[in-house]
Amino acid sequence: MSLTARHLEAAGIPTVILGSALDVVEHCGVPRFLFTDFPLGNPCGKPFDASMQEAITAQGIDLLESADGPRTTVRTPFRWGGDESWRDRYMEVRAEDLADLARRGEARRARRVREKAQGKARGD
Amino acid sequence: MDAAPVPYMERTRAYYAAQGFEAAYVWAHFDDVPFAPLPKPLAKSKLAIITTASLYDRTFADVREVASGSTSDPPEELFGNDLEWDKNATHLDDLNAFFPLRLLEALVEAGRLGGITARFHCAPTEYSQRRTRTVDAPEILRRCREDGADAAVLVPL
Repeated sequence: MSLTARHLEAAGIPTVILGSALDVVEHCGVPRFLFTDFPLGNPCGKPFDASMQEAITAQGIDLLESADGPRTTVRTPFRWGGDESWRDRYMEVRAEDLADLARRGEARRARRVREKAQGKARGD
Repeated sequence: MDAAPVPYMERTRAYYAAQGFEAAYVWAHFDDVPFAPLPKPLAKSKLAIITTASLYDRTFADVREVASGSTSDPPEELFGNDLEWDKNATHLDDLNAFFPLRLLEALVEAGRLGGITARFHCAPTEYSQRRTRTVDAPEILRRCREDGADAAVLVPL
C-alpha cells in the first residue's frame, strides 16, 4: 500500500495512509501516515466503536490538509486496551511450534515449486 | 508508559526463518518521498478510498488484479482472510473498522469533505514489489484520475 501511495503522490494526488504497521510504512517512506497502535486489521478503529472510528477518519482527513512535507506520521491517541498480549503473540516463534513451522515452510516451498511448474508463480 | 509498537519486519523475518526460508524478505525502502500538497480545500475535494480487502474471498479464487466497487451501492461485506492481519486479536466483522466509506460520507454531509469518488478500489497485496509498482499502482492511478479524485485515503488491513 505504501508503494501505491507513493505512486499516486508522485502523480500529483495527495494521499494519507491509515494503519498500524509503523515500522513497515516508515521504512518504505510515505507522504502522510496516521498511525494507530492497534493489532493489524482495523485501520479505522476498533470494531463497533463508532466514535473512535469517526475520530480516526477525521484525523486522517485533517492530515491531508495539515501535513507540510513528506514522511509526516501522526499518532492517534487510542489504545487497544485490556490485554496487551497481542503485541507479543503476532507471528510469535515459540519453541514448541518450531517443528510445525518447519513443516509449514516445507509445504509452502513445495506449493511454490508446483505453481512454478504450472506457470502460476508470482514474485520476482 | 506506552508499549513500543510491534516490530513487524523483525517479527516476520524470524517467523519465515523458522519456516526454513533462507532469503529474508526485503521491504521496500526509499530515501526520497514524493509529496503533493492538497490542490484545493478539503471541502471541495473528492476523495478516493483504496483498501487491501477484496470484493470476494480470495481463499477460493486467488485472482490478484485491481478491482473496483461502487461507493453509491457498496457491498455489505469485503474480504481479507488471505491477508496477514492479526486474526487472534481482532476480526473483520465491522466494515467501518477497516473501510471508511460511511465515515467519510458523514464528513461529506458535515461539509468537511467535498465528496467521494464513484468507485473505491481494491489493491492486491503482492509479494512482488515490481508488480505493484509497474502494474497495480499505475492502474489504481488511472482509475482515480478517471473518477476525478483530488486525494486518496489508503486503508491497508
